Amino acid sequence: MMWPLIRQIAKVGIVTEKRPVAQEMENPKEIHDEILKILGRALTIREVDAGSCNGCELELNALGNVYYNLEGLGIKFVASPRHADMLLVTGPVARSMSHALAVTNEAMPDPKIVVAVGDCAINGGIFGTSYASLGGVSKALKVDLAIPGCPPEPIVILEGILTAVRYRMRPRTGEK
Amino acid sequence: MDIANLELDVSAMPAEFTLFRGEVSSDEWSTAAFAIAEDHGRLVSLWGNQRGDGTFVLSSVYDIGALIWLDLPLAKGSISYPDISGLFPSANRLQRAVGDLLGLEAAGAADSRPWLNHRMWPADYFPLRKANSGKEEFADDLADDYQFVQVLGDGVHEIAVGPVHAGIIEPGHFRFSVVGEKTLRLEERLGYTHKGVDKAFEQLFAVDGYRLAGRMSGDSTVAYAWSYCMSLENIWNWKLPERATWLRAIALERERIANHLGDLGALGNDAGFAFGLSQFMRLKEDVLRLNKKLFSHRFMMDYICPGGVERDVDADGLAVILAQCAVVEEEVRTLQKIYDDHSGLQDRFMTTGIVTFDVATKLGLTGMAGRASGIIHDVRIDASCAPYSKMDVHVSSRETGDVCARVDVRFDELFESLRLIRNLIGNLPMGAIRTEYVERGPEGSGAGWIEGWRGGIFTALYVDSKGQISRCHVHDPSWQNWPVIEYAVIGDIVPDFPLINKSFNLSYSGHDR
Ligand code: SF4
Repeated sequence: MMWPLIRQIAKVGIVTEKRPVAQEMENPKEIHDEILKILGRALTIREVDAGSCNGCELELNALGNVYYNLEGLGIKFVASPRHADMLLVTGPVARSMSHALAVTNEAMPDPKIVVAVGDCAINGGIFGTSYASLGGVSKALKVDLAIPGCPPEPIVILEGILTAVRYRMRPRTGEK
Repeated sequence: MDIANLELDVSAMPAEFTLFRGEVSSDEWSTAAFAIAEDHGRLVSLWGNQRGDGTFVLSSVYDIGALIWLDLPLAKGSISYPDISGLFPSANRLQRAVGDLLGLEAAGAADSRPWLNHRMWPADYFPLRKANSGKEEFADDLADDYQFVQVLGDGVHEIAVGPVHAGIIEPGHFRFSVVGEKTLRLEERLGYTHKGVDKAFEQLFAVDGYRLAGRMSGDSTVAYAWSYCMSLENIWNWKLPERATWLRAIALERERIANHLGDLGALGNDAGFAFGLSQFMRLKEDVLRLNKKLFSHRFMMDYICPGGVERDVDADGLAVILAQCAVVEEEVRTLQKIYDDHSGLQDRFMTTGIVTFDVATKLGLTGMAGRASGIIHDVRIDASCAPYSKMDVHVSSRETGDVCARVDVRFDELFESLRLIRNLIGNLPMGAIRTEYVERGPEGSGAGWIEGWRGGIFTALYVDSKGQISRCHVHDPSWQNWPVIEYAVIGDIVPDFPLINKSFNLSYSGHDR
């Protein structure tokens, strides 16, 4: 059993990309170091789909594939909000999800970063505001950063996550 | 089944597949349902509408070899129609949704609890009534007192899961009644992602609705957009250039491949085999990246548009697709062998989450999951439009109805999609990729039906004389299949639930709308 596995792994090799983040970030090692410097440990994220079409979830899941290798950068999605530094929210906030979203947010320890992912999370997107949709995440929570796109591509989400970490976390560490 | 045997006043509608439609009386609504159920016909969808004069119409669509669309106009002032959920269990939630959105009652239904309305809006507010704009907002101080069915007995306890789940997945609530770790009963509660899509359609022009349709369930955007466009093209009698439909089919099969790749990986992972996830997700990413290059979007959102497609693929692009087919084929064959030979994996897959043919038939299981339980239906064959009508689609099926069967069917369908793409590219007609654009056609209503990777996606569209949507009902096969999961888990242990659930991978958003 082991042999075909190892052969397949060896054949594919390491495909994780050298420069997953544009411009200022030069390589994964730097991202890793920066997160370590700012947080002193891995960054943990709790994701909540507040009413998305599931397109944004597809891209968040793609971040875990070997090309982006999110965990290799020291970024991890966790199940419990109590273990999370960051809340990633997708979708327009369906009114029926507003309670669960608020509870998840409350369960997170401070300081928490709230990131709205996708056009819907920004202002309700194509679904807008209605009897059933509150509109963007900012109607329900204080949002630190919004990542546009329908859905935003993994690389854009990754950039957004890093920007949010820098913007929110750095002042607290006393560095510039 | 023969339409004539039903003795209904129906006539053929212009559609790319065989579709009959007719008005029925309340009695005929029931007797037709009975006759169709007797004859193993299947309920495709059920919805309601309010006419300009304020009266209501109930509509149902059945698959009896051909599609038959029945309209039941209710008398002025009447809001009641006969229940058919005793004959077609999947009608239960569909009828409750009609109740929530339009305020109509299925007379005699055993279950009349709200379904989409979680008391975020009042019980007497019905968004789809024409007098309401859908923009009304309500304070969320209403008590949500949804009654779950309780299982009582020695040692029985409940586990409540969701709406927020571990991991990056859509929200829904599952209530397990268990003894030890054995599941006695599962009750689902869905509707959390209801965002008022049906009403939002009514604010759009018909030529623009395809973008919203393509966002019912992001993983099936191609199938939804095609189903929607097909309904509009049927109403306005647009004839598509051949090349456009061929390109649509290439996109649809690529969507199927991408989803099966992702799910095959996730299924390995849920059974503790992370190797599968990383291998399959890598292949999926390759497919998505090529989509971006050739179809302008990783999931091909908005690629299919009324009258055709947005963009042509040139000879070089087609060659790249063929090359990718070869790579995916070779790698998936290797991975399939690894999956098949892995006893730990097969141990988790086999006999887990069984849906027998009988249960599947009774509950109306459909699509890919249906085929894994021996229900051999596929819209690409049953109601084929161009280019499928000119092709020979091989259906894959299994008898065992367990997780293993659903894995096997996915492997088969993945290879079949690769074969179809090669075929489509080999015979791709030259010419235009879109019909001459006309802003609007006459008023009317029509249907679209497309086999997405989960199953058939049905659209019923009503367009007014100004070219505006007056009603649009898009139906996800998850409506039929969600209730079946409640049966699939019985007797299995709770930790098998994620695996069973993933083997169906149903849409929450497509269901909740
Ligand atoms: S932004 Fe686009 S992909 Fe994301 S939830 Fe909204 S419609 Fe879906």
